[in-house]
Amino acid sequence: MSDAVHVEHAGAVGHAHHPALQHHFDDLEQQQRAAMLGMWVFLLTEVLFFGGLFMAYILYRSWYPEAFHEASRHLSVGWGFFNTLVLIASSLTMALAVRAGQTTNRRGQLLFLTLTIVLGAAFLGVKVIEYGDKFAHHLVPGPDFQFTPAELAPAAEIYFSLYFAMTGLHALHMIVGAGIMLVMLYMAWRGRFSTEWYTPLEVSGLYWHFVDIVWIFLFPLLYLIGGLSVFGGGTGH
Amino acid sequence: MHDVRSTVPKGEAFEAEAGLPRTHYLNATHGTAAWLLTKDHKRIGLLYLFAISFFFFLGGLFAMFVRLELLTPEGDLLTSEMYNTSFSMHGIIMVFFFLVPSVPAVFGNFFLPIMIGAKDVAFPKINLLSWYIAMIAGFMMLTTLLMGGVDTGWTFYPPYSTTGSSSNVVLAALSIFVMGFSSILTGLNFIVTVHTMRAPGMTWGRLPLFVWAQYATSLIMVLGTPVLAITLGLVFAERVFHFGIFDPKLGGDPILFQHLFWFYSHPAVYIMVLPGMGVISELVAAFSRKQVFGYSFVAASSLAIALVGFLVWGHHLFTSGQSAYAALVFSFLSFIVAIPSAIKVFNWTATLYRGSISLASPMLYALGFIGLFTIGGLTGLFLAALGLDLHMQDTYFVIAHFHYIMVGGTLLAYLGALHYWWPKITGRLYTEAWAKVAAITVFVGFNLTFFPQFIVGYLGMPRRYHTYVPEFQVLNVLSTAGASILAVGFILPACYLVYSLFRGGVASRNPWGAYGLEWETTSPPPTSNFLVTPIVTRPAYAYTHADVVSPYAGSTQGERDTGTEETQRV
Ligand code: HEM
Ligand SMILES: [Cu+2]
Repeated sequence: MSDAVHVEHAGAVGHAHHPALQHHFDDLEQQQRAAMLGMWVFLLTEVLFFGGLFMAYILYRSWYPEAFHEASRHLSVGWGFFNTLVLIASSLTMALAVRAGQTTNRRGQLLFLTLTIVLGAAFLGVKVIEYGDKFAHHLVPGPDFQFTPAELAPAAEIYFSLYFAMTGLHALHMIVGAGIMLVMLYMAWRGRFSTEWYTPLEVSGLYWHFVDIVWIFLFPLLYLIGGLSVFGGGTGH
Repeated sequence: MHDVRSTVPKGEAFEAEAGLPRTHYLNATHGTAAWLLTKDHKRIGLLYLFAISFFFFLGGLFAMFVRLELLTPEGDLLTSEMYNTSFSMHGIIMVFFFLVPSVPAVFGNFFLPIMIGAKDVAFPKINLLSWYIAMIAGFMMLTTLLMGGVDTGWTFYPPYSTTGSSSNVVLAALSIFVMGFSSILTGLNFIVTVHTMRAPGMTWGRLPLFVWAQYATSLIMVLGTPVLAITLGLVFAERVFHFGIFDPKLGGDPILFQHLFWFYSHPAVYIMVLPGMGVISELVAAFSRKQVFGYSFVAASSLAIALVGFLVWGHHLFTSGQSAYAALVFSFLSFIVAIPSAIKVFNWTATLYRGSISLASPMLYALGFIGLFTIGGLTGLFLAALGLDLHMQDTYFVIAHFHYIMVGGTLLAYLGALHYWWPKITGRLYTEAWAKVAAITVFVGFNLTFFPQFIVGYLGMPRRYHTYVPEFQVLNVLSTAGASILAVGFILPACYLVYSLFRGGVASRNPWGAYGLEWETTSPPPTSNFLVTPIVTRPAYAYTHADVVSPYAGSTQGERDTGTEETQRV
């Protein structure tokens, strides 16, 4: 925030400015710092948002280890693992998209953002299959819930409540993320990002990585506690 | 009565000093749309002021129902269901729609950027968004109200909230869930603003204590609110999708709800009171004409409160069946949390010592705060003592405890802030004599309302019943009488403040002769807050002379985009 910067700002609103510079910031660097910090703080709230659910998970898993174990066998480790790979790949393409922004590589931005969106959509598609499977097998909490052995049913219902709450919230974040990526794609298409300014790309990248990391926790906690049942989940014993 | 304020000097040469500045944030643009789509933090602060005043009125109405019912031992005015709804809606509205947003959303929004010499908050659009989110939440709560309200108490404890109570709980929980995001966004904005938008020379060590308090509050908002949101989200899911997280019939654990709820709601009591403490630091310094004693301790104690406040939630579960060891630890930590609050009280008192104190109306509120907050905090320690709490849990003693802090503390600070900054916000001076009368009325009314509740609670009157044994009537009548006086104390400012908008004297830049960047700009400030970007060279509260010193050292070039004339430093 040197004087020189001030003079430029004060004297030349709308002239020598980068079009992305907002009125209340002195320069792009300050604007960039604010945006990044804002996203970090937002992710902090997200950690606690999911944290409440993890807390509930920890409690009920320690109360009902057997039911959780049994219930988790109804998930498909194969699909879960596949989705894990999909998200890790999407994190890579996201990072490459940011890199392409940094190097003013418009084609790279378009390519990698598209790939990120496709991978995100693939993840969500798999989730639709998995959810459909749970509906088909009466594993959705509510009056229709059925579980054998019957004595584990109430606790298994809690497991599936948490399963739907946690993966549902995560999927919601994926949907929002995909929406953000579409906006980024549009901005990239308009050639808005360059070495000088690619803040939105970087900030949304941060968000995307966070959502991926949440899955990295969800996968073992929900899918892997009951041993392996590759692609066979949901079909019962 | 002596009026300490300076008005605009007659024959002042400078245009901006000779009356209201010609262009300022209030008249820079016109029309409803210009206000409803504004990104100016000052206008957004005012939007919050209107909304919050409405909710305060609404919450007050329910309080009147409660107090009127308790005038007699029998349940003659309200049925028990109506009574339950009244105190629940009172608590929900006052906590989530008045106290939590009060000081941060109104005065934080308006003054935090000005006090650090910024043009706006870091994310003005998100700031406006937070207001709209709050309004959507408020609208949902009003709908809940029209549908008959909820009767769970403001704490929404399951299993009653998830099975017993009417289905209005669904909308109410959703409303508070939504409101939470408004609070998170405000907190996020403040944190980033303080980190990245400070004017040249405005180091962390020079931040006004109001800003420190807002910063600490924002940390709590950002870290605590999401936990409340997810908790109420689960209550919602439990009612709508039959998730069995909290309902013991479904294998869930109602105590888990209490843990999650208080993990937010104890820190939230500091969301409610910390910003008020920040206001008091400003007021005490301004009206004692002294640097706040132990500046860094006061600043650090805000952070300490934010931190330790997260570790004491279990003191709300002493009788709920948490383990005895947990209760022991939570009791101990609750004693610890009083230390940073005490540091503040001692430092304010030390600031008063040998200050040249002027008892202007905002200062009356500040002094009221210090006394009442101390009583509230000390009775908190009674409750934090395990043995005593077994006796006093869920009695009127608890009610009195938190009202001493929330009303005696936060509300007084809110009113103090409103009076202190009113000339800056509106450019007008209110009638000081009336303001003093109102401050004293509030103080008297408040004590008459709530002090008897300590006694009646200690004697064993439980909270949340619409009837009581006849022995308690005298104390309850006193309390209701006090509440009526209190109501007068709230109506008065509404009258003379509105009157001042039309007939009040014109405020100078710095009517109180106070020190701080907000007093350096015109009253009301221009849209960009300062015509020249300030450069700060002195610590906060540098009251070295009796008169005011400017925190400016020099100035950079002025701006042209505000449409305001250039003014120069005198
Ligand atoms: C100075 C440190 C404080 C201590 C040690 C303390 C201690 C306590 C304890 C132990 C209780 C539980 C009483 C019971 O339910 O039996 C309690 C209740 C409460 N306190 Fe405090 N408190 C303090 C400060 C505050 C502050 C600053 C506020 C608000 C701004 C506050 C608001 C409340 C509320 C709202 C309740 C009642 C909640 C309910 O059950 O509805 N307290 N306090
Ligand atoms: Cu507490």
